Amino acid sequence: MTKTDFSALMIAGFLAAAPLAAQEKPVLNVYTYDSFVSEWGPGPAVETAFEAVCGCDLRFTSAGDGAALLARVLLEGAGTEADVVLGLDTNLTAAAAESGIFTNHALGPVAFDLPVDWDDPVFVPYDWGYFAMVYDKTKTASVPADFKALAASDLKIIIEDPRASTPGLGLLLWVKAAYGDRAGDIWAALADNIVTVTPGWSEAYGLFLKGEADMVLSYTTSPAYHLIAEDDDSKAAAAFSEGHYLQVEVAARVAASDQGDLAERFLAFMISPAFQSIIPETNWMYPAVIPPGGLPKGFETLITPRKALIFPADEARKARKEALAEWLAALSR
Amino acid sequence: MARRALPIGPAGWLGAGSASLVLALSFGTLGAVLARSGGWGVLGPADWAAVRFTITQALVSAALSVLLAVPAARALARRQFRGRGLLITLLGAPFILPVIVAVMGLLAVFGRSGLLNGALGALGVAPVSIYGFQGVVLAHVFFNLPLAVRLILQGWLAIPAERFRLAAALGMGPPEIARFLERPMLKETLPGAFLAIFLICLTSFAVALTLGGGPGATTIELAIYQAFRFDFDLGRAATLALAQFAICIAAALAALRLATPSGFGAGLDRRARVQWGADGAALRIADALILTLLSLFLLAPLCAVLAAGLPNLGGLTAPVWFAALRSLGVALASTLVALLLALCLALGIVRLGGGRGRALETIGMLALAASPLVIGTGLFILARPFANPATLALPVTTLVNAVMALPFALRALLPAVRDEDEGYGHLAEALGMRGLTRLRLVTLPRLRRPLGFAAGLAAAMSMGDLGVIALFADPGHATLPLQLYRLMAAYKMGDAAGAAVLLMALSLMLFWLFDRGGRVDADA
Repeated sequence: MTKTDFSALMIAGFLAAAPLAAQEKPVLNVYTYDSFVSEWGPGPAVETAFEAVCGCDLRFTSAGDGAALLARVLLEGAGTEADVVLGLDTNLTAAAAESGIFTNHALGPVAFDLPVDWDDPVFVPYDWGYFAMVYDKTKTASVPADFKALAASDLKIIIEDPRASTPGLGLLLWVKAAYGDRAGDIWAALADNIVTVTPGWSEAYGLFLKGEADMVLSYTTSPAYHLIAEDDDSKAAAAFSEGHYLQVEVAARVAASDQGDLAERFLAFMISPAFQSIIPETNWMYPAVIPPGGLPKGFETLITPRKALIFPADEARKARKEALAEWLAALSR
Repeated sequence: MARRALPIGPAGWLGAGSASLVLALSFGTLGAVLARSGGWGVLGPADWAAVRFTITQALVSAALSVLLAVPAARALARRQFRGRGLLITLLGAPFILPVIVAVMGLLAVFGRSGLLNGALGALGVAPVSIYGFQGVVLAHVFFNLPLAVRLILQGWLAIPAERFRLAAALGMGPPEIARFLERPMLKETLPGAFLAIFLICLTSFAVALTLGGGPGATTIELAIYQAFRFDFDLGRAATLALAQFAICIAAALAALRLATPSGFGAGLDRRARVQWGADGAALRIADALILTLLSLFLLAPLCAVLAAGLPNLGGLTAPVWFAALRSLGVALASTLVALLLALCLALGIVRLGGGRGRALETIGMLALAASPLVIGTGLFILARPFANPATLALPVTTLVNAVMALPFALRALLPAVRDEDEGYGHLAEALGMRGLTRLRLVTLPRLRRPLGFAAGLAAAMSMGDLGVIALFADPGHATLPLQLYRLMAAYKMGDAAGAAVLLMALSLMLFWLFDRGGRVDADA
């Protein structure tokens, strides 16, 4: 096969993939992270549900994870084709807001089921979760009650690198939010517990399941996956008395979009039960507005942290620099 | 090669054309990133620490890989045994596995709860840790030792059989054969193999980070990653990428200066089989031991990957199989492009010779030092005004994979092209055989074996590479490696293990088919 034949085939493939009817309908471009659009993520179900009511063609474009998503949008700048960007978290929204790419939503006050108050004019939450150290109940008997106890134990943990991964950044800010100026000391004490630092969540969680460590940085909702999808109740999240850092995932409208009304409808749809009921068992996070049917069975077994920790967006950015320096200093020793 | 200090000629132009494409992809994309950022960034102390760590680990990894590969390649070259062909094919596997899969395999053997520590524990010996500098080097040797073995084995097999016969007739023993035949060959082959592996390890990121044990093991590529993602500092990313190129060029110049042509002359294309001179039981046992250790080291982690994935293979869903088909298409297309580029470049290097030839050869290696993130972002910036990046995902992946495979294809082809030119160049000229006729009748038949190997390598690498598709991703058109990551991100580690086995099997199959095709009548 020559190269030209091949490209022609490719082009034919792309054309065939785009439904002909879609040409007449308005198109809503939603940029999101890759796992959202995968066959196992919320994307396919969300697309079907929204297209059934919007009379439009919803098209997802994906880019790595939340940080890669923001980088992509910043790279495209004001000329971005996105109408909505879905999948940033509160540690990224300061940079996103500063870019001027996004505009206010018109949802009015919404009663979010979040552990913290939410009144951001631009960013609308669609799900959230607590970071947590996840362990195997059948292997770890004495579970530490806070970071100090963890550091004093000889438990081995795997964490994600805050320079490459959003959960890694979450842990960095968790320790910073809980311990402030003493965060560096906590990291120094944790150094001998850390088996390794991975570039992303998948590597870390994979290593944990292989038995490379006693605990892994993940979410309080992780055990729900094993329980619901695999009928395995051996995984649990350790409840830490300092409180748990919160990840709130948000979406926002792009100011330059020519589909403003449709984008606004999508945001409204996003917090409606049709979208929210898809979230728990595809994204394995808590829905931002609990749908009338409640949470899926199994979620009631998850721990509920006593305290939710979170930096406001602009403080998160400042805290990151300082916390990263402390982290590097403590772990490079 | 003053004897034909001719005008550049068609081969030269083709070579220069291929080189320009590589330059455009490596420096052109860097330029695009730089233009977008508006200026170079400043490197901090942490960046310099990353540069130091990167170079140190790459030097150690490359040196170890090449040193260990010499006895292994020698044993493979002089021994015939059942399953030798299969072993050679399987040895290629670690090199073509996606990093995350290979790391999981390594950990099943060397990890905290791996086989090795299990055995040590049973013997009452303290466990060894894979994490840290030793882990990074171990993983890099695991990935690259097979490549080194193959490149060096090519060198051994390229020594004409007649030379070995002559050596045997002259009553030479292993020491003399080593001195007159093997050392000159190694002097030609080793620097290139070392360079290729050094450059692979230079741009390593996921391995170094996963097994490095902490931020002490930070490579330049991670620094680029960080600059792009959380700092959105394109200037700093460009500066770091340039540092990576500078190291690559310095290493290439040093290595290519060291390499000296072996000058064996031409033979009758028969393979050396038993003409090894005196052969004792001690040598035979040593070779058997070397091959056993090599197989254990390389195949045990692969068996672990197989064991974890096979039970899940049947449960894979349609999207995974479609992704596999898509990956096959991309792999075949990029193999074709890679071979064409490598052939043009190799012919250009040899026909031009001298400084211009060396310049082309250095450019041919550049792609190895290119940061996938910079190439992807640069292409994105360049392509976006003209087309929707998502529709370009597969063609761009094809092209980038081809250029990424080019250095290996070039390393495999170049010695053979050089020998062809030295051995048959005069004759071909005297017969007035030129251009396509010479290519068809003289050059290509002589290149069958390295072409097959290069094609196999390019296809398998393209199959396993996550490459730039993640940046251009088009949700409906994921390749198999991307699908594997998606499975992991959806907690489906079992299915991901199944997909890994599928990926490994397809890559190996492609590698075997091409490599086999190149060897089909080589035993005549």
